[in-house]
Amino acid sequence: MGSPVQQLALVDCNNFYVSCERVFRPDLARVPMVVLSNNDGCVVSRSNEARALGIKMGQPWFECKELAEQHSILAFSSNYALYADLSNRVMSILSNFAPRHEVYSIDECFVDLTGIPKLREVSYAMRARVGQWTGIPVCVGIGPTKTLAKLANHVAKKHPRSRGVFNYNALTPAQKANLLQHIPVEEVWGVGRKLTKKLARHGIETVHDLQQAHVPTLRAEFGVVMEKIQRELQEIPCIELREIQPDRQQIIVSRSFGNMVTELPVLQDALSAFVANACAKLRAQSSHAAVIQVFLQTNRFRKDLPQYMPSLAVPLPYPTNDSLGVNRWAAALCERMFRPDYQYKKAGIVLCEISPVTQRQGDLLEPQIPCNERLMKALDALNQRYGRGTVKVSTQGAYRDWQMRQERKSPNYTTAWDDVPLV
Amino acid sequence: MKAALDSPPQPVFIPEQKAWLQVCGWKVPAGFPSPAADHTRKRIDLNERLIRNGDTTYVLKVKGDSMIDIGIYEGDALLVDRSLDARHGNIVLAVLNNEFTVKRLHKRGGVIKLIPENTRYPTITVKEGEEFDVWGVVTYNLHKLY
Repeated sequence: MGSPVQQLALVDCNNFYVSCERVFRPDLARVPMVVLSNNDGCVVSRSNEARALGIKMGQPWFECKELAEQHSILAFSSNYALYADLSNRVMSILSNFAPRHEVYSIDECFVDLTGIPKLREVSYAMRARVGQWTGIPVCVGIGPTKTLAKLANHVAKKHPRSRGVFNYNALTPAQKANLLQHIPVEEVWGVGRKLTKKLARHGIETVHDLQQAHVPTLRAEFGVVMEKIQRELQEIPCIELREIQPDRQQIIVSRSFGNMVTELPVLQDALSAFVANACAKLRAQSSHAAVIQVFLQTNRFRKDLPQYMPSLAVPLPYPTNDSLGVNRWAAALCERMFRPDYQYKKAGIVLCEISPVTQRQGDLLEPQIPCNERLMKALDALNQRYGRGTVKVSTQGAYRDWQMRQERKSPNYTTAWDDVPLV
Repeated sequence: MKAALDSPPQPVFIPEQKAWLQVCGWKVPAGFPSPAADHTRKRIDLNERLIRNGDTTYVLKVKGDSMIDIGIYEGDALLVDRSLDARHGNIVLAVLNNEFTVKRLHKRGGVIKLIPENTRYPTITVKEGEEFDVWGVVTYNLHKLY
């Protein structure tokens, strides 16, 4: 006998952003509603009612206007402070169910239930407890591999009879084959729209087809990643549970502007906010970056306007995570690239060549400029205590034109005292 | 059924209870021991005192005067814990027909009532077919005096 079959559970929050909005608004329980992306652009989360009315995931909101008016569909701007807090609560509760788990995204978590007695009861308890303790409904899918756990979660979500929990491991071989024959291959983790089309040309349409596909052909046509997916479907674990997220190798902070920007100081102001944000992330993981890249973009959808999408990267004189120092470079790069007579829609910075602070290499020629370590620590502490943006680099936040459009945002119910809900 | 060749690590259970060490924060002079050293304690932490489970506790503010007889006034901040079982007699944040309300919970003989703590308000009996849920149990009321 080999090792026991893994009991890997994927716990996924249902319509997470919409569910978060409903926690403090019981009056919205059965109302058709959506949450929109940055700048209120596209639909990123739908209630079941909105889905039933035909609203598509990722659909631009202006396309939904008519339908929305007809059926009084409510729209909310993204409230990331609220979603992050509720996500942390959900993940913390789940972490108490098993010693090994991996937070996979803001609304998904793998929990290793291998060897845990009374699996069935525990899975239902997990769902019930997160629901009661946070107000967020979740579904639980269990499988021998991550890919099958994810697929099991899909089944749990789709079939009301599962009551939110589905265990692939509990099926007989015949039941397994029958199930996989009825799920289209595009539902498999890592198989996107493009791959689905290509697989269809090879006659692979269901998950069962992919599981049974000829291995050498599959490898030759689709590469090792698809082979891994196939092995995972054959119940051979190939994707490890990552308990600790590796540090980011690259940090990108960019945003589309609420209004088109034409002036250099406004662009620099926006960039300084991105720098502050990116450097705080660097400091939080005790690392520094050696290269900064800055990019500007005009609105590519406005074919009637002149287009200009420059990008510039420079190595920093020494690896750093100092907001002030990095900001000077961002401002200088921006000035180098800036041309008047264009309307800018988006800007961003990328910090790369990231390494732990302990690996700093001295430079004989470049004098070691002290990197304001204590100042940055104080800045992080103040912003954490009194809210993001309390203390800023001086160019940051003087202009408002570039900031996100969030006209429909709900209050920060759980993270700001003045926004606490009234009951 | 195929299984992985090398056995995956087995889970180890770690007790949830944290062990605290008391630390004396100052240097001890070589000559005289500080008379306070034996009495070192951590300063009172209100989070620790007032919040049993941080992941399930929320702050909500009071609107209205239906609970003033037990000292819950408009504008007070309530700590509400969603992890507690609501028992007969608890002050609860309930959701009745999709609306929030703070009341004393009466749960006896299959009858559920929401009792206000203000004689000017009537007791609400939850009727059959009405949607009722306890959102959380109120554990503390923070009333500003200064």
